[in-house]
Amino acid sequence: MITRMNHVSIFVLNQESAYEFYVNKLGFKVHTDAPMGPGMRWLTVTPPEQPDLEISLMAIEEGMMFKGEAAKQMRELVKKGTFGFGVFQCNDLNATYEELKAKGVVFKKPPTKEFYAYEALFMDDSGNWFSLGEKEKK
Amino acid sequence: MNQPDSSYPKFYLYKRMVKAKLFIDENYKDNIDLNNIAEEAYFSKFHFIRLFKTIYGKTPHQYLTAIRIDKARLLLGSHHTIAQTCYDVGFDSITSFTGLFKKIEGKTPSEYQRQIRERQERIRNTPLQFIPNCFAEQKGWTKNRNFEEVL
Repeated sequence: MITRMNHVSIFVLNQESAYEFYVNKLGFKVHTDAPMGPGMRWLTVTPPEQPDLEISLMAIEEGMMFKGEAAKQMRELVKKGTFGFGVFQCNDLNATYEELKAKGVVFKKPPTKEFYAYEALFMDDSGNWFSLGEKEKK
Repeated sequence: MNQPDSSYPKFYLYKRMVKAKLFIDENYKDNIDLNNIAEEAYFSKFHFIRLFKTIYGKTPHQYLTAIRIDKARLLLGSHHTIAQTCYDVGFDSITSFTGLFKKIEGKTPSEYQRQIRERQERIRNTPLQFIPNCFAEQKGWTKNRNFEEVL
């Protein structure tokens, strides 16, 4: 039976800019940063309190993964904000919202009470969006 | 005056707390007086500590220590000596830095530095050991087994 997830990919337009966003704005930790030859890099980050979930910041480049026009199409889709890649959690949504806004993170939705949760939506530097919720308070 | 652009109650309190937290993030190297931060944020010291702990799960002092140790990990992974690291993250004494680091990290700064450098060396020499094969194959990296040649 499957018990855990330890790697997941987010497709980004530029790894250097994604590094700045995920590490210096969101506060994620660099897990592995390995040069893989000219212009290629394996870069994974982890949420601060989840060191065993590696998020691979995968550059969209023409090659084996995206052949021919696919890379260009994928870049356009990401830029347009097509993809929602997941839900992040914080201790306090209001405080995290204010902090990330102060750091220049763009929110599609401020903290809002929905029928399923209290959540906000933010975008990364490429155009991927994420839901942000908070740990249930006791 | 900030515009009331937020949809949740007491947003002005959060703005003040976040400002105080960001102050710690930016000034952890200095001798920060938490009384001053509370005053800057227009809170009594007691109220500030209580609210900070509610929001961040740590008292301001615990948070400051955590930030300093976190930054120390980064510096130890670069070319900083232990003494440089100690002073650069805001500690006055190498003994207290080393003791606190070991208490939190479970190993001394020198042991941590040795292990992190070994790992960096392995990433440089054999990066494929750190990449799940499915990703490496998709990228076409498995063909270039000797990365020392292509770097």
